[in-house]
Amino acid sequence: MEDKYIPLSSLSIGEKARVIKLTSDGLMRRRLLDLGLIKNTVVEALHKSPFGDPVAYLIRGAVIALRSEVASMILIEKLHVEGE
Amino acid sequence: MGLSSASTGINLLQEELKIEKATPEDRIIALGGNPNVGKSTVFNGLTGLNQHTGNWPGKTVTNAYGVYRYKESNFILVDIPGTYSLMANSVEEEVARDFICFGEPHTTVIVVDATCLERNLNLVLQTLEITSNVILCVNLMDEANRDMIVTTLINLSERISKEVVTINNKAYNDFDRKIDDYLTSKKFGIPIMILLLMVIFWITISGANIPSELLAKGFSYMEGKLTLFFQWIKAPPWLHNVLVLGIYRTLSWVVSVMLPPMAIFFPLFTLLEDLGYLPRVAFNLDNFFKKSHACGKQALTMCMGFGCNAAGVIGCRIIDSSRERLIAIITNNFVPCNGRFPILIAVISMFFVGFFKGPFQSIFLALILTAVIILGILMTLLVSKFLSRTILKGLPSSFTLELPPYRKPQVGKIIIRSILDRTLFVLGRAVVVAIPAGLIIWIMANLYIGESSLLTYTANFLNPLAKLIGLDGHILLAFILGFPANEIVIPILLMSYMATGSLVELDNLVELKAILIANGWTWVTALSVMLFSLMHWPCATTCLTIRKETQSLKWTIISFLVPTVAGFTACFIVVNLIRIIGLI
Repeated sequence: MEDKYIPLSSLSIGEKARVIKLTSDGLMRRRLLDLGLIKNTVVEALHKSPFGDPVAYLIRGAVIALRSEVASMILIEKLHVEGE
Repeated sequence: MGLSSASTGINLLQEELKIEKATPEDRIIALGGNPNVGKSTVFNGLTGLNQHTGNWPGKTVTNAYGVYRYKESNFILVDIPGTYSLMANSVEEEVARDFICFGEPHTTVIVVDATCLERNLNLVLQTLEITSNVILCVNLMDEANRDMIVTTLINLSERISKEVVTINNKAYNDFDRKIDDYLTSKKFGIPIMILLLMVIFWITISGANIPSELLAKGFSYMEGKLTLFFQWIKAPPWLHNVLVLGIYRTLSWVVSVMLPPMAIFFPLFTLLEDLGYLPRVAFNLDNFFKKSHACGKQALTMCMGFGCNAAGVIGCRIIDSSRERLIAIITNNFVPCNGRFPILIAVISMFFVGFFKGPFQSIFLALILTAVIILGILMTLLVSKFLSRTILKGLPSSFTLELPPYRKPQVGKIIIRSILDRTLFVLGRAVVVAIPAGLIIWIMANLYIGESSLLTYTANFLNPLAKLIGLDGHILLAFILGFPANEIVIPILLMSYMATGSLVELDNLVELKAILIANGWTWVTALSVMLFSLMHWPCATTCLTIRKETQSLKWTIISFLVPTVAGFTACFIVVNLIRIIGLI
């Protein structure tokens, strides 16, 4: 399957992905970089909150909750689990 | 930041950090790092201060410091707020950066978490950009990964050519993942939260019953002895009245009604805090706050408000956007602090659970109390939304919230810290305020203007306004005189009723209810008192704290008015709806 760059907000729970780039700028970009979201960082969607948003992601060993607006500014490439 | 004697009350008004060196040779060491990396553990380990830490990001919002001695030198260790960066995006980051830049520490220790080393090194780099003396302290996770990490560390430490110290910490693992699957799930997330709140209230209420009664009996016995003593020394009756019937009775009320529930509630709540449950609450509730155009971390500041609204207001520093921080500050008062719980519990048990017997009574009581708290949370959201649409217009800012791994609570420490720091402190404040309040009430009751006492005069003056919202002049006066601390509203009310009528011994709630009913209380009065105690002006300490935090008289006045107007409106609507429907 051909991988497309999709926003992190569309990653399903349990799926892993690789960060391609951040589309935000200014303060938000700085914040995301501070969390370690640089190119090639692997993230995993862990939990949805009871109302679906925010979602908790495993980022570099820490679990960080992001609202959908923020997650949509992070472009990713899905990583496929072996056997798929 | 945990609720402690340093973080509540008057101390928080003078938190300017003044470091006093014993000798000029004393070394100052700044201790920084990302949130939740175990910084405070290092701090406590070195200083032995046992500073209590909550398991959620942003608990250290001011600089704390401690001193230790090593090889004949004094080291002053300054615990600066945990941050992801030093770019001064938020108050915490500003505090951290300012101290490293201008506090002139001899050395800055940055604690990093080995489980997310790469992210942590960002802060190390930023620190190295502004100061030259940096020690890197790495928190290691488990044995299995130790070898690999040590290898990496050696390479890293060579590259950064800084010293490396190691201690132990825990990473987010499968266990945490499984627990979060339940605690944050669509089906169970919110119900578990409400259930936990209810269980805490239930344990508090049923556990406090017997000790409360014992204390009241003890105080009553002592009162008899005191009266005999006053008769023996042939003291004038007015002296006995003011000291024993006024001040002593107020004090015994405050202690016997407040001490047992606090001694149970605080440790239980601290336990949840220590486990790391509070960030999950913020995670579960964030969607509501987003819809109110507010920050999800407001749920955390709300939780702190349960202990003390002044502490909750200071806690608002963890919110980056100044618009959202103001919303959190203004609405913090909608969660009842510990001073207001006794009012709610007393009123509910007297007027709303009478038809239940035995254990069901306390379960039902906890249920109603939980409903009141949920109403407070709904008001918080509603008012936040209203503020976002009017005087604090704006879109919700982006926010990131870390969910730290669960940690084993240190039970012994929790009990000691929450009783010493929280319970005794809050009780002490109530007692200190109760004495002058008792005196003022006594003077007001015995100073006559024409035919009636100053107390009756003022209460009568307030009566028409109070009646509009289902209260009476005495109740409104009690809330006004309770401005220094909410803990004393009920004692003031009792003294106010008793000063105009007969004096009654107060051993239990049955007698209290008799006094209230004799003064015209119905279940509607009780309902209005509950609503009004949930929603009225913040206490004096909270107002001063707001003034300090916002640096603005305007926002302090708004913070005073918003809950007050909400309370008057809510009571007015409810009381008149009941009248129209014809329930009374």
